[in-house]
Amino acid sequence: MAFSLKGIKVPHRKNTAGAPAERMVADKKVTLSTAMHIGRPSIPVVKAGDHVCVGTLVAKEAEGLSSPVYSSVSGNVTGISEILISNGSKVPAIVIEPDGEMTIDENITPPVIDSKESLIEAIKASGVVGLGGAGFPTYAKFATDKRIEYLVVNGAECEPYITSDTYTMLERADDIAYAIDVLVKYLNIEKVVIGVEKNKPDAIRKMEELASKGGNMSVCALPSRYPQGGEKVLVYSTTGRKIGVGKLPIDVGCVVCNCTTLATLGTFFKTGMPLVEKCITVDGSAVKSPKNVIAPIGASVGDVIEFCGGFSSNPGKVLYGGPMMGITIPDLNQPVLKQTNALIALNEKDAAPRKETACIQCGTCLRNCPMGISATEVIRAYNKGEYDRLEKLGSNLCMECGSCAFNCPANRPLVQMHKLAKSALREWKEKEAKA
Amino acid sequence: MENKLHISVSPHIHGKKTTMGIMLDVIIALLPTTIAGIIIFGLRSLLVIGVCLATSVLSELLFNIITKRKQTISDLSSVVTGLILALNLPANVPVWQAVIGSAFAIIVVKCLFGGLGKNVVNPALTARVFMLVAFSSLAQVSFPVDATAGATPLVSIAEGNVPDLMDLFLGKTGGSIGETCSLALLIGGIYLLIRKVITWQIPVAFIGTVFVFSFFVQDFNATTALASVLSGGLLLGAFFMATDYVTRPVTKLGQDIYGIILGLLTGIFRIYGPSAEGVSYAIIISNLLVPIIEKYTMPKPFGKGGERR
Repeated sequence: MAFSLKGIKVPHRKNTAGAPAERMVADKKVTLSTAMHIGRPSIPVVKAGDHVCVGTLVAKEAEGLSSPVYSSVSGNVTGISEILISNGSKVPAIVIEPDGEMTIDENITPPVIDSKESLIEAIKASGVVGLGGAGFPTYAKFATDKRIEYLVVNGAECEPYITSDTYTMLERADDIAYAIDVLVKYLNIEKVVIGVEKNKPDAIRKMEELASKGGNMSVCALPSRYPQGGEKVLVYSTTGRKIGVGKLPIDVGCVVCNCTTLATLGTFFKTGMPLVEKCITVDGSAVKSPKNVIAPIGASVGDVIEFCGGFSSNPGKVLYGGPMMGITIPDLNQPVLKQTNALIALNEKDAAPRKETACIQCGTCLRNCPMGISATEVIRAYNKGEYDRLEKLGSNLCMECGSCAFNCPANRPLVQMHKLAKSALREWKEKEAKA
Repeated sequence: MENKLHISVSPHIHGKKTTMGIMLDVIIALLPTTIAGIIIFGLRSLLVIGVCLATSVLSELLFNIITKRKQTISDLSSVVTGLILALNLPANVPVWQAVIGSAFAIIVVKCLFGGLGKNVVNPALTARVFMLVAFSSLAQVSFPVDATAGATPLVSIAEGNVPDLMDLFLGKTGGSIGETCSLALLIGGIYLLIRKVITWQIPVAFIGTVFVFSFFVQDFNATTALASVLSGGLLLGAFFMATDYVTRPVTKLGQDIYGIILGLLTGIFRIYGPSAEGVSYAIIISNLLVPIIEKYTMPKPFGKGGERR
């Protein structure tokens, strides 16, 4: 299909594409955060001294939007510690010392799914969240009474370096297919469309094989243009439907699901094994031997990088996720999270802050924004406190993809300003609603 | 000691463009016409260029020191302003006037408005117009060293004597240092297009409108129309001054409209105005229209009725 939004060319740097993923031995302590998803932190159900197996529930979901956490190793719980998360707050985390046996919990059996309700319950129990990086609990997307016309499978993987989704599409196509079959059957999904960027011809071929086996399934080869994998961009590119301000994909009849999310669901539907491990791309200028690693969730970032030969030079920045939208981590003791799809370590030169100069009104930010937002206008309105104008400018359409900032010749912190503007607009709207 | 990690907002990689790089590209693109000007008008033009460059950079340096602002001369924008002003002056302009003009451009038109990116009108051009009004010496343009004094091409056209197109193309006519050699200006313009510093919208709309206007108003003669495109600093203005990021609209549609307005104003000023000149005035007046052009051509955000394919 030919729907296309603006975007930018970013370097691909997919160094790890095509290489087999290596499984990391889980012999070091794991730290399972209770906030590996959007929503309320889950609640620990184990205590120091408890013995757990692979797949044992260690934290149950809280009320409302939440997701349970399962142990990724067998061993003993050494305690519940506190962990700093990216929004600056602290949440409990379960620390487990592995026994090296990797004994699987004997209660693990495939879920019984015979209706939409039991399917949603099963997805909730799987602990699966949006594995593309956002971490939105997956069950919540499907728990809708609205008609689902499209299941849009996100295999765009538009961030530089990252190839973990490519690995999933190539090596776990059967799991993806299994999950799609179950979802289509119980949720009455009308069409399935798999969006993959054209720089992954092998993955496209593999997905086309899936699609050819029947079902109302198709593959959409997308231009390699960042941010192709952004939800609004992907839905527009694959279906031509526009998700307006404050709307969700389901409002235009779509549910978007990352391909690795689906593969993990597939495994769970088949075997009952919840989300306990993750394929992660480890790459960047400070990593000695970049590779795709299948790591237990909760392994420390330092241990995973050590598994890849350690650092080739002093790291200046280490990121959860890709270099366009990734989150910097404060230290190497941070654990791998459910939604971690990559660990990118940049050397000190690449991580050095860039000198900011005056805006020269070049208009690059506006030309590059897939949502048609003018960053300079947003900043002007924000600085003047003109919140109604922020709304008109579509400030809250911003997904913080960084297309504006990537090419800004003045190195202005545009994403930061967008974040400030969005939160100011949100506060203002809440106040207006009360008044 | 454990290695400290940087914490920052994404993105963590960046494209190659910088403000300094863009300014450097503009300077490189101006070199052909600068060299052509020196060859055509002699070493006196080199003196004018040197004076304008030195005064511009020094003015910004001193302004920043006196007002205790962050030093900004490394962005090279004052070099661009000084060079463009020099290229818009005749080679025989008195040195003290060139000094005043350059200082006016930097201090009054740029720095007092808040520095780079905040000025409303193009600094070099505004300084030139200031000098046109203040100093009568600017009315007497220079002529090539190997030619006898005569009329400028635009005056000739107005009098009905269309100059030789090849002379216009190679710059062997009277005029400002950097405005006569069309060949050199085209090379510079194409360089800017290839380097994607500028887009084709403004130059094409501007030059095209001048051509069409001249064709219909001046005897339906393609040669006359072409001569008017190649003279009076139109190419210098269209490629290097009307495209100035700070003072042109950011939207593509806005740039089309802006270019057409520029062409119409230039045509009107040249043909119906008191002097044969028009480009400088047209650009300054159009600069003032930019906010309103931008207001009505801003694309609608996604999902609000305007997604761009």
